Amino acid sequence: MPRDAAPPSQPATLAPHGSNTSALRRGDANARRVAAMAAAARRRRRLQTLLPWLVIAATFLLWEALVRGLQVDAFILPAPSAIAASMVQWWQPLLANAWQTLMTTLVGFGLAIVFGLALGVAIGSSTLLYHGLYPLLIGFNSVPKVAVVPILVIWFGIGTVPAIITAFLISFFPIVVNVATGIATVEPELRDVLRALGARPIDIIRKVGLPRAMPYFFASLKIAITVAFVGSILAETVGSNAGIGQLMLVASSRFDVPLVFAGLMVTAVMGVAMYAVAAAIEVRTTGWAMRGQAEQQVSGLPGG
Amino acid sequence: MAAMERPFVEIDSVSMRYGGAEGTLALQDTTLAVRRGEFVAVVGPSGCGKSTLMKLVSGLWPSSAGSVVVAGQEVDRPLSVVGMAFQNPTLLPWRTILGNVMLPLEVVEPHRRRLRAERAAYEAKARGLLAMVGLAGFEKKFPYQLSGGMQQRASLCRALIHDPQLLMLDEPFGALDIFTREDLWAQLQEVCLTLKPTVILVTHDLKEAVFLADRVLVMSTRPGRILADRQVPFPRPRSLDDTYRQDFQDLVHELRDHINAARKGAEFADAA
Repeated sequence: MPRDAAPPSQPATLAPHGSNTSALRRGDANARRVAAMAAAARRRRRLQTLLPWLVIAATFLLWEALVRGLQVDAFILPAPSAIAASMVQWWQPLLANAWQTLMTTLVGFGLAIVFGLALGVAIGSSTLLYHGLYPLLIGFNSVPKVAVVPILVIWFGIGTVPAIITAFLISFFPIVVNVATGIATVEPELRDVLRALGARPIDIIRKVGLPRAMPYFFASLKIAITVAFVGSILAETVGSNAGIGQLMLVASSRFDVPLVFAGLMVTAVMGVAMYAVAAAIEVRTTGWAMRGQAEQQVSGLPGG
Repeated sequence: MAAMERPFVEIDSVSMRYGGAEGTLALQDTTLAVRRGEFVAVVGPSGCGKSTLMKLVSGLWPSSAGSVVVAGQEVDRPLSVVGMAFQNPTLLPWRTILGNVMLPLEVVEPHRRRLRAERAAYEAKARGLLAMVGLAGFEKKFPYQLSGGMQQRASLCRALIHDPQLLMLDEPFGALDIFTREDLWAQLQEVCLTLKPTVILVTHDLKEAVFLADRVLVMSTRPGRILADRQVPFPRPRSLDDTYRQDFQDLVHELRDHINAARKGAEFADAA
């Protein structure tokens, strides 16, 4: 970073008594060092992208080796190969039910975003609402959602609706809390910048509160999407006729343990995929909060 | 002077007490007037209520007693004819420099209404202001990519973008090193000679006050009162070399004596 628009310094002319050639040589050495650092950073980044896949592959290999080596019964813990075989065999019901679960989760999650944002903004910007609503919210969040599903089934019948509502209820809370925190912790100095201009409270929320809360919001989305899957699958196991949760329930009642594990795998893949989507949106929209760390790592010159 | 046009800023026996009737008295019975187009600097030891004065004039806080009138209008809430720059740059980190400078236009009427239709003209104006303080080419950068001095310049542009009639500067250069500060004095003087706003500058740097202001007010320790009111006779534009001249130094020393006396708690009878 240039210090306050100062003209770029020229290290070659700063060498006290050295001849031009020695200064040049020093410049060469510096250039080599910078190139080496950039190469090292590139190597590290390549390793960073590769590492998760290596870890996953290693886990499955170890799992397979242990199950075969210790001759564990497939009824207790099926080997990854057995799970894969089960996936191939039952791919049609797996796909259909995964689709059902994904849709219920996304609808519940979408509702959680809409209402979570709205309530988060309201609570974060009004101390009165904050004090009024917070205890109720915490109490509500403390209720185990398993206990709520039977009530939802009584109200809405067995099917998709209870699963959507459960996904919504479970993923709603982290969004509200994070958005409210982001807005409530706006620096008074930033607020004063707008207040001094005669801005209305709604302007301050729009121009300062909401943008300020976005990093909190996206951080909460990563939590919310994973717990939304918990909610929908929970509801599917307790009272539904479709979805991965119901499939796993049926499979376990038939003692088809490899299929239960296949359901778990599919759920994990969906969860990771949705998490990745939320993380990608986060990086794109709130890059200012990360201060472009990725680019600085490669281009930043060593101090001294 | 009193018989001529009405002063642009009139502060009439204003007091400010924090935390209820038994709280700290930060400002006591302060009266001062600022003419249109005048540059007034307020100096004083730390904790003397300088910043309190700023908050009262900008309407961010209500006063406990007395009245503040700006442009013939009683200040009971923030006025849009005021542009304000704070001790910290307080740029919004999610906006580019250009976006930050244009922020007041999205809030203050009549610009707010016109902004969509005349975006290009407003943007050109913002770029012009940034160029005036040496920030041309940095419009699309984010605040964290700029040094403290550059951020402070951008913050100055933001205070000026909506053509405020009154510019309030609350120790805007306090957090900067001396070289950057002197640079910015010269630039601020240039901006003021071009745009001719009324300016109230709060600072604890006497050299800065004398270099920039037409009139310097010295405040006492808490509770703050105005101890001295001193005209600065030097012609404009002033150069940084002028700050080493004998009469400039003498004036700085005179103000310094006032402040030292104030810090010792001595009572001064010569309050203007």
